[in-house]
Amino acid sequence: MQSPPGPRLPSLLLWALLMLATSLAVTTRPAAAAPKVSEFTLGNGMRVVVISDHRAPVVTHMVWYRVGAADEPKGVSGIAHFLEHLMFKSTDKIPMGEFSKIIAKLGGQDNAFTGHDVTSYFQRIAKDKLSTVMEMEADRMVNLRLTEKEVSTERDVILEERRSRIENNPNAILDEQMDAALFTNHPYGIPVIGWEHEMAGLSQKNALDFYKRYYAPNNAILVVAGDVTAEDVKPLAERTYGKLPANPGAGRDPRPKEPPFRAARRVDLEDPRAGKASFHRDYVAPSYSTALPGEAEALDLLMKIVADGATSRIYKALVVDQEIASSAGGAYDGSGLDSGKISFYAVPADGVELAKVEAALDAVLEDIIAKGVTAAELERAKNAYIAEYVYDNDNQATLARRYGWSLALGRTVAQVLAWPDDIAKVTAEAVKQAAATCLDKRRSVTGTLRPAENGKPAQPLVRNGRT
Amino acid sequence: MAGPEWESDMSLSRYSTVRLLRAMSAVPLEPLPPDVNRTAVGWVKRSATQHLTTCIKVVGSRPAEEAGLDPTYVENALVSLMHLMHRKYRNELPRIRRYLRCGTLAALVLLSTLSGSANAMQIKTVKSPGGIEAWLVEDHSNPLLALKYAFEGGNSQDPEGKDGLANFLSAMLDEGAGDLKASEFQERMEDIAMRMTHEDSKDAFYGNFETLSANRDRAVELLRLAITAPRFDADAVERIRKQLQANLVYADRDPEKVAAREWYAVAFEGHAYGRPAQGTQASVSAITRDDLEAYRKRVFARSSLKVVAVGDISEAELGLLLDKVFGSLPAKDGLATVPQTAPAAGGREKHVEMDVPQSVAVFGVGAMPRKDPDFMTAFVLNQLVGGGGFASRLMEEVREKRGLAYSVYSYIQPFRHTSVLSGSVATRGDAVEKSIDLIRAEFTRIADNGPTEEELANTKSYLTGSYALRFDSNVKIASQLLGLMEEGFGTDYVENRNKLVEAVTMADAKRVARRLFDAKNLIVTIVGRPPAAAADKG
Repeated sequence: MQSPPGPRLPSLLLWALLMLATSLAVTTRPAAAAPKVSEFTLGNGMRVVVISDHRAPVVTHMVWYRVGAADEPKGVSGIAHFLEHLMFKSTDKIPMGEFSKIIAKLGGQDNAFTGHDVTSYFQRIAKDKLSTVMEMEADRMVNLRLTEKEVSTERDVILEERRSRIENNPNAILDEQMDAALFTNHPYGIPVIGWEHEMAGLSQKNALDFYKRYYAPNNAILVVAGDVTAEDVKPLAERTYGKLPANPGAGRDPRPKEPPFRAARRVDLEDPRAGKASFHRDYVAPSYSTALPGEAEALDLLMKIVADGATSRIYKALVVDQEIASSAGGAYDGSGLDSGKISFYAVPADGVELAKVEAALDAVLEDIIAKGVTAAELERAKNAYIAEYVYDNDNQATLARRYGWSLALGRTVAQVLAWPDDIAKVTAEAVKQAAATCLDKRRSVTGTLRPAENGKPAQPLVRNGRT
Repeated sequence: MAGPEWESDMSLSRYSTVRLLRAMSAVPLEPLPPDVNRTAVGWVKRSATQHLTTCIKVVGSRPAEEAGLDPTYVENALVSLMHLMHRKYRNELPRIRRYLRCGTLAALVLLSTLSGSANAMQIKTVKSPGGIEAWLVEDHSNPLLALKYAFEGGNSQDPEGKDGLANFLSAMLDEGAGDLKASEFQERMEDIAMRMTHEDSKDAFYGNFETLSANRDRAVELLRLAITAPRFDADAVERIRKQLQANLVYADRDPEKVAAREWYAVAFEGHAYGRPAQGTQASVSAITRDDLEAYRKRVFARSSLKVVAVGDISEAELGLLLDKVFGSLPAKDGLATVPQTAPAAGGREKHVEMDVPQSVAVFGVGAMPRKDPDFMTAFVLNQLVGGGGFASRLMEEVREKRGLAYSVYSYIQPFRHTSVLSGSVATRGDAVEKSIDLIRAEFTRIADNGPTEEELANTKSYLTGSYALRFDSNVKIASQLLGLMEEGFGTDYVENRNKLVEAVTMADAKRVARRLFDAKNLIVTIVGRPPAAAADKG
């Protein structure tokens, strides 16, 4: 949608052509279009997905590694995320700290993120710079260089990041504690950023061991979205990533499994910074990767109906009708490789006890388990998701994330494309069944956050042993 | 678009478009020769439209160099296209060939850019039958429409004692309108998957509206009701009031929010910009239904309205939409005058005590207004010193070299009645002063010496190269254009903007840096443990 930088055309000619072209263009009204998605695999096993969107001469280039914080060895929590930071340091070709500066000079923006199951690096840039960023990203897939000084400075940065994201925010501390209680054996109970005391001890060797173990083309997925076609990307990919040797041992090992869920758990946190009391409830649920056919879709619809926004059951019951909460809601996260999660929250109205809010929430959930959802609710929820899927076509970076994440978890392009159809197929009975299965308190952790009495300050959970 | 298959071919042709047109520009575009059968030309146009898929395939499936540099190929492509399409007008070909060569064909190629890929974004100014102006970027790639609008005013129009009124109103517009009570209105919005949110800034009250083409009429009707007939039912007002008051409790304990709020309070004491935009517990308690309605009537007017539409809508359709949604608003707004102002001079540092492990600081100085001839230079300089991403001086000094913070940044905010360069850093309590000292030192260094040639070139290269990234979705285009419209620029700004960046010289940079990075006037607010306690607790 954007005129390219560069010399302007002679204005009169351009004007005339534009007028003519416009007179043609306005008469064409094509119907809705799904984005064109192509997929191929390089000789070394690296998978490539190309999503064509020709509206603007830019691309989103992402490399997804099938590794995340849940693959970390015990005792070095945070290493996946720490390595993600260190990937911006140097290689033989890229001088120290220059990676992002080179991208910026080319007019691009770059960053990366780490989850429990995936680690992703991305650049957004003019399409004619695509081959350069592909060379750079391929280079750092195997040629990373680190110095002790870089590692120790960057370790301070991630400790500051932890302070920003977690330590300064009581709600984030409660989330971390609830996850730790929700997963008794699986590493999803360990925060992606790491426990502070383990982060403080992360070393250059830890980072390079993790890098050599998991970073290889056959353990990565390339996603390019934007003003390109598979025919454009294929030769570039072969010339860059395609030259890298596969590492047959790069795949991740299975993670420890959860034992049966036997007892509901509770986590109560007091913090003077909490401001107001709040109620939280998380349940372990299947994810799109682990669910039976249609089950994850049913959970998406269930949670839309029960907990998403002002039209949801919970909001109507607790906020509008009973007026016992100032806000309430929840969500289903089905994006995990080994498990999904359902979560609810409510902020009691002034003078209302947490117990009252909890009882009201439980009543809504019990009603859903017993009676299910109405046809009208289900129809509305389906429409909302299918519309969202169309809205997402407006943003190439959103599409790149959707496909990258799904493929990194072992799903296929066909499964992603079929999602709106799969949503449309879900029956009210399936939603009721999903509620009955998943909203079992033995699968849950209940969390409460209260402002501490007497202003007693909350100490950091773990003292930094090194400083 | 019609089909993914030919989109792939088109992208090759688009690459050649500029070169092709440049080559063709050597040939003057002549008026249509009088002896040419106009019907034939008309037919070519119509057929070209109907058979767009085929056209693009023929023109676009050749390598870019070929299409760009060999006019004979181009001509032959068209001939074969016409063969393909119809035999009827083949006799006309020799006579219209010359015209076609420099006209229709180029247009076809360009058409591929407009309809399929749109390298040449076209911003149209649309005037509705009722006289409401808007900017439109027509794009039919997806069956979506994004509409963004702004009413001038924002929270600087909140009356004394009613701070947070604009913010309150922004939360009330989907809480029932016309005959529809809150939940009915919200359910109807959800039934048609319509998106509508409102938000306030210091200078404007913004609306964001998106709809699927199939539901456009119904969505537009709800939008009209929200803007012209919100109900403000007592139960809805009380519900939202409680939410806003809860938000204030949280905001009071969020070090970032407190640091920013305090910065404005210090910098603009006594001015509307210094007041808390979300209000206080007392001011939010005091806001009534009548206040909401009075604000709406005073601010929502055609004279204070700016609108941008992007997506699947024609000029004529947009005209009707504008009249329907905004046509019944009063012609003139009743905005109170907000005086020009500037951040307090002389340098200030304010500490707010909060027991958090990481302190947050907000820093800033006055900057050039948007229409100042030096604004673009200041914008480039800010990018170089503290702009987003990893390439700035502050990021280098504070994060990369010393590991003092996860993020440090600055940006220029050209408000309507002042302009500021401000930024933020978050550092463990015992090191926050060190971060501030580094930032102060960077202010002094750039003011004294300016940037290096390399830094200036790299920054300009980033800013020009990345401009296109702001225009790759309907929603982003709408935001960009609304900003330009509010600032009083014309539709040509988008084309000229990179030239303005390129035009910034080293002499400009040095001169403006001295004026802009004025460390002695730096205002800093720090939220965290007091220095001694911070040192204890690490």
